[in-house]
Amino acid sequence: MTTKTPSGASGMPEHRGATLIKEHIVEVVSDSGEGAQKCGQTFGSISGKMSNGVWTVEIIPAEIQPPARSPAGASGIRIRLASKRVTNMGNEADLVVAFNEQVLYSRIASGAYKKGTIVLLENKWAEDPQESIRKQYAAAVKEFAEHGLVVHEVPMELECLKLVKDARKGKNMFVLGMLCRIYSRDADKALSEIAATFKRKGDKVIKVNHDLFQSGYDYAASHVGYHWEIPAEQGDIGPTVVTNGNTAIGLGVMASGMEVVSMYPITPATSATHYIADIFHQAGGFIHQAEDEIAAAAYAIGASYAGKTACTITSGPGMALKTELMGLAVMAEIPLVIVDVQRGGPSTGLPTKVEQGDLLSTLHGMPGDAPKIIIAPATIEECFHFMILARKLAEAFRSPVFVLSDANLATGVQPWARPVLSEEWLAAPIDQSAWDSNVPAYDWDEKTGLSQRPIPGQRGGEYVLTGLSHTNRSKVAYDSDTNQISSELRSRKLAALAQTLKSPEIYGEESGDLLVVGWGSTKGAIEEAVDLLREKGHRVSSIHPRFLSPMEPGLKEIFSRFKRVMTVEINYSDKLGDPLITEETRRYAQLAGLLRAKTLVDVDCWSVVYGHPMQPGLIYNELEQRLHALNK
Amino acid sequence: MFGLKADWSLEVFDRYFTLGDYAGGEARWCPGCGDFAVLNTVHRVLHDAQLPPERTVAVSGIGCSSRLPHYMGTYGFHGLHGRALPIASGIKSRRPDLDVWVATGDGDCFSIGAGHWIHAIRYNVDMVVLVFDNAIYGLTKKQTSPTSPTGLSTNTHPKGAPLPAMNPLTITLGITNVSFVAQCVDWNPPHMYETIKKAHKHRGTSFVRIIQRCPVFSPDVCKPLQEDSSRMLLLTHENGIPADDSVRRVFKEQREHDPGDWAAAMSIARDTSKIPIGLLYHDPDAPVYDDLSSRGLEATGAEKIAAVNKALDAFAI
Repeated sequence: MTTKTPSGASGMPEHRGATLIKEHIVEVVSDSGEGAQKCGQTFGSISGKMSNGVWTVEIIPAEIQPPARSPAGASGIRIRLASKRVTNMGNEADLVVAFNEQVLYSRIASGAYKKGTIVLLENKWAEDPQESIRKQYAAAVKEFAEHGLVVHEVPMELECLKLVKDARKGKNMFVLGMLCRIYSRDADKALSEIAATFKRKGDKVIKVNHDLFQSGYDYAASHVGYHWEIPAEQGDIGPTVVTNGNTAIGLGVMASGMEVVSMYPITPATSATHYIADIFHQAGGFIHQAEDEIAAAAYAIGASYAGKTACTITSGPGMALKTELMGLAVMAEIPLVIVDVQRGGPSTGLPTKVEQGDLLSTLHGMPGDAPKIIIAPATIEECFHFMILARKLAEAFRSPVFVLSDANLATGVQPWARPVLSEEWLAAPIDQSAWDSNVPAYDWDEKTGLSQRPIPGQRGGEYVLTGLSHTNRSKVAYDSDTNQISSELRSRKLAALAQTLKSPEIYGEESGDLLVVGWGSTKGAIEEAVDLLREKGHRVSSIHPRFLSPMEPGLKEIFSRFKRVMTVEINYSDKLGDPLITEETRRYAQLAGLLRAKTLVDVDCWSVVYGHPMQPGLIYNELEQRLHALNK
Repeated sequence: MFGLKADWSLEVFDRYFTLGDYAGGEARWCPGCGDFAVLNTVHRVLHDAQLPPERTVAVSGIGCSSRLPHYMGTYGFHGLHGRALPIASGIKSRRPDLDVWVATGDGDCFSIGAGHWIHAIRYNVDMVVLVFDNAIYGLTKKQTSPTSPTGLSTNTHPKGAPLPAMNPLTITLGITNVSFVAQCVDWNPPHMYETIKKAHKHRGTSFVRIIQRCPVFSPDVCKPLQEDSSRMLLLTHENGIPADDSVRRVFKEQREHDPGDWAAAMSIARDTSKIPIGLLYHDPDAPVYDDLSSRGLEATGAEKIAAVNKALDAFAI
């Protein structure tokens, strides 16, 4: 269905009142720099303030200024809006606003839309002076309709030009107005949100944007037939903040009392430092932008050695470069927090896309035996709290702690419970009292491997830290006993930590046909798929361990209560039945391989590397097939 | 007192440190190695300053010279190959009260750590950087280093090092925000002592290249210089490295050079026919990175929590 709308007789279905719905997924897609993301973020914020469940995720082109009107240049945002809490980006979009037709092609190719997805399409291209553009546009409109999309052509440019000279700057507010009308958003909240956004630019700019918003709102009221209401059903959600996972990490660093974040720019990790860059010193902290990834880790290690446990934030390629220093932190037992916001790999891979591909390289990616703590936040809220946890673990266990986030958590935006901060979360002031010089620098407890460390400035504690094999007095020693014993004690720390952990909580029944194991950002999508399957009567449950090294206890026992166990991960694995892939040649997804080795249970897996966040619908389809096969 | 922080000077009278307080395990370099002389000089400079050993940190990378921390009675950090400078910078970042020293070599600093060298000079963190330059890789046994002279026979270039030797002085002088560049030789302890003492007093990164003997793998690099000091050029100036008569008697070739004159420093450094010793360049006013990195150091717990709450406010709904 294709309609021209400027006349007002749009022919679209008319609704007097708004139709009640449970949830919708909306996308705004444009060329880079047209403000689609700002529009969607504001839309998400307004909805969050109305107590709706919201998840937004940016659609990011890999280039800063890709050519205009190119499919690869699609830049924008997806907003999943629901009555209840949402935990992931969902499946196909219900409605998309597109600033040109070309950018839609890449979204269609990546499976973002379904038959019936509504497209509100900028129609100025129909009258473009260039014939080639007019032709492209006409062809696309036809093609989209054939694809099953419901296209409505909207004269966004024309409407905006009534208010501003350059419609490129401001069209996003017009679109925001349309969306707010279509989804019955609170207009007052929207206006104050816009005012807050443009606060620094002055009243004049605020006024123009308010006018553009109003114009879009009125246009949708009189020309667009869709009018929905998504009532919030969460009740009072209490004090709430809305951030993406990276900002949550940055805020978590501040709340943990860590004083140094040492980093080198890398996508998709760097934005973790952006928000706090300007304010970190107020919380007694400092961001060091190092000359390279190696120096970033070295600087953090230096600060940690001097008593100020530090953090370095990076992504896969940076992890590879820091490997030698991570090994040093293990060997010399230096508390250190290393955040890896994973992207697609290997090598430069997929810089802006999602993958959970760094688990094995983090665990095993350095020479020798290098036991270390690895935790993976599963929600944006955990991105915040895990920074506090990570610092405490690093200091208590005198060890590097790796926090594996990913691009899905990094860019997903969600409301989460505002933390009630505590001074206990902050690092204690460093101990500068005298050290009993009879106590060695590594006074290993034989049962746990744990020890206190002298901090420079402590009289009597002078020692020389070294990455070489060393005695408990940190003396270089190449003899066989020293290396064997110190290796045992470093490893024992993980066993000591494991003793303090609880078994993972089971989502769903305690036993059944199929147990799904996930880790990191896929929790929301997996649990949503599990819910749907359970509604259909399937006996499926899931667990989502946060500790990956050491592993949480009781896994083997939990596995024994299910007919089949499988992981769902966003990393590569071979599929049985593919050419040459047999039980013998098959390579498993990363956590699956670890679980198989650890439990000797025949853990299966399903994992893909499309670069997208895991969609509940895809998981659902896959699990349903497995369940049918199981119960044949 | 110059070079002493107020809270230390209170302790000076309570605790007197002997040379032995700064010494650690018995140094194990090859007989005749120039590193011994540097180590003794460092002990002397610390002893003169009467700095508490627990507030001193000796940081190093990997190589013969990088074993120095093990021979110190202070805190030490024997790091990774090439990484001494960023580790030392990190140590100083939030601990301006610590006195940080770096021991590194020509391979460690000018080759595998070259990127850090450039940037450390630009950061200008307050620390002393001693580069033990013996123009050879010693610990791995006689491979060509960036400063090996052309033609030096090594295990990686048996027919002679093929490239012209790197000039660390011109490179260091060319880096924005350079604040202290000096050169000395290990076989003249009085001059080396004055050089390191001056380096220690400078607030900023004091880069000292020490031309150092390796009697085992590159004896022919230093021997001619020891035998014929006319190839050396002693830089003198009231703002430079003090040189007493004993020093002036050895190094007869002398030039008055104002260490504030960058262009003259560069031209001296570029002239490889004479090897300058003394203070080539000194800018006591170059911005020091510590002033940035130690921001917020005094924040209390309550202030930190207030700051995080304020940050959270920006995202509150």
